[in-house]
Amino acid sequence: MNMNYKPNPENLVEVNDLKMYFPIKTGLFSTTPLKAVDGVTFAIKPGETLGLVGESGCGKTTVGRALIRLYKPTDGDVFFDGKRVDDKSILGLRKDMQMVFQDPYSSLNPRMTVEDIIGEPLDVHHLYTSKADRREQILHLMELVGLNAEHATRYAHEFSGGQRQRIGIARALATNPRFIVCDEAVSALDVSIQAQVINMFEDLQKKLGVAYLFIAHDLLVVHHISKRIAVMYLGKMVETADADELNSNPMHPYTTSLLSAVPYPDPKIAKSSKRIILEGDVPSPLHMPSGCPFRTRCKYATEQCAQEMPKLTDRGNGHMVACWNK
Amino acid sequence: MAEEKNILSVVDLHTTFATDKGEVMAVNGVSFNLAAGKILGIVGESGSGKSVSAYSIMQILEKNGSIKSGQILYKGEDITKWPESRMRDFRGKCCSIIFQDPMTSLNPVFTIGFQLKEAIKLHTNRTGKEVEKRAIEMLELVGVNEPEKRIHQYPFEFSGGMRQRVMIAMALACEPDILIADEPTTALDVTIQAQILELMKDLQKKLGMAIIMVTHDLGVIAQMADEIIVMYGGRVCERGTAEDIFYRPCHEYTKGLLRSIPNIDSMGKRLEPISGTPINLLNMPKGCAFCPRCDAAMKICLEQQPPETRTVDGHLASCWKAIQAEIEAGMIHVEAPGSGT
Repeated sequence: MNMNYKPNPENLVEVNDLKMYFPIKTGLFSTTPLKAVDGVTFAIKPGETLGLVGESGCGKTTVGRALIRLYKPTDGDVFFDGKRVDDKSILGLRKDMQMVFQDPYSSLNPRMTVEDIIGEPLDVHHLYTSKADRREQILHLMELVGLNAEHATRYAHEFSGGQRQRIGIARALATNPRFIVCDEAVSALDVSIQAQVINMFEDLQKKLGVAYLFIAHDLLVVHHISKRIAVMYLGKMVETADADELNSNPMHPYTTSLLSAVPYPDPKIAKSSKRIILEGDVPSPLHMPSGCPFRTRCKYATEQCAQEMPKLTDRGNGHMVACWNK
Repeated sequence: MAEEKNILSVVDLHTTFATDKGEVMAVNGVSFNLAAGKILGIVGESGSGKSVSAYSIMQILEKNGSIKSGQILYKGEDITKWPESRMRDFRGKCCSIIFQDPMTSLNPVFTIGFQLKEAIKLHTNRTGKEVEKRAIEMLELVGVNEPEKRIHQYPFEFSGGMRQRVMIAMALACEPDILIADEPTTALDVTIQAQILELMKDLQKKLGMAIIMVTHDLGVIAQMADEIIVMYGGRVCERGTAEDIFYRPCHEYTKGLLRSIPNIDSMGKRLEPISGTPINLLNMPKGCAFCPRCDAAMKICLEQQPPETRTVDGHLASCWKAIQAEIEAGMIHVEAPGSGT
């Protein structure tokens, strides 16, 4: 932790060199740290959406969870609205930082009615004056996410996936947060329903000015919803840029191959485009390669890549890349 | 129906599941032809009956499911009438399937080699050393490094992409004419997905089998399929070449589906989702299955199922709206519903 770090007052959320290691038992007495997130830095402005992409196991979910302190980060600084987020301050800040989870089936308590699910954050943070006020707030939230008032007394299992996700979003909005971590919030939904929920996220942002950290693996969805995109690989951030810039001018070899692997829903593009097929698999995070983690699959890898991890450097217009060769 | 080049024809297939709440009509009259050496894509959302259609061909439905009517013609013979013993020969040798989840489709307590060899021994007349040789050969074919070593390893020692390669090796070990791939890359990451899709295409060219690709991912289907079937509510909405479906969609559902996916140039624009929720297969509407969610629905859509007709540009769709366009274009005269093409 760097106690002297001063956050930029323009940023709503600022993360500096965040590290999250999990101890893994590797023998009777020995443990090895699994470096799920290893030095991630980014910032989100009020009302902005940052997309976080990467493949499974790259640590994108861990970033989201460590950010709102569902995990206690091993090292690094997280600031919200200029205030350092630590064990003490988070209790006051949770109201402003909420989360929407991937799985609308397991993130809602099956024994609670919709009214109680959405009302729970209000109870926890004492955000109502009377029973009638609580009910009114809940109905307002339900209307906001497109649920009918008569749904209030039903249980979660009575709803379809898309509607459950709406309940989860209403719950996250209950405390009137300024920042929501959306962890694969639309991944489990069918395309037609996914579009409904994406539109809702965008409408809510316009209406309420919330900022999102939008974590997803679907690059087309992330590109659609985000202003800026950050790409992660094995716990490290390899590139961040404006969404359009990243799409048209990817610099890091990993980003390039990731973008080329996206199956575009257009037969001409899909069948003609040259795909850069990456060899092999992602290395185990327990046996991380030295230097740049991507070098084992990178065709540009040199001696230098094996020795030292390149730093994220600005290549103009806030396009940050961590690569020795590009 | 079964012309020579069609290796598999499905004719008016109805598959239902008996549940406590009543009979679930998962597949309601699906017909299609699969030409030898072609890739047929079946696309649809969850509950559209795409997987059940595939499982019906293999006859690997759950116990409460059954094929109510219809024919499945493999090289002209109706396999729905075959006894189980003959079906066992059919599976693997004539038609193989790979499943969505490579994590659960392999048995964790046996080595990869054992499971591969089991399939080879069952379906071919190779013995002893030949079986092992074939297993190694297959692993090599699907791009598993050091196959001699890997065949002694257990599934947990393989990554997701590698397991899916093993599944493909297993499916292809007996040189089937047809490979059914049920969401083969849905559980995989994009870069791994690209590897697997590329591999499937290569193998298809090399071995010349036909592939039925079942998926919800329009991107995957655009990349892989020669012909596409769009399904909704257990029925075929629209069929045609990949270009027909993506560039000239005629069914309102296909149009809606294509509008609702984010595209390269949709940044900053609003997506246009299909309103409402997928239909309940327990009580199917009398008319068009998509009608409750369709913005362009007309009175006839509520009352009658649209017949499949040739659209203005020559592929097939089952939509009253498309039929209206055809009538306006003077292509067809008004005919009795159900008379089809």
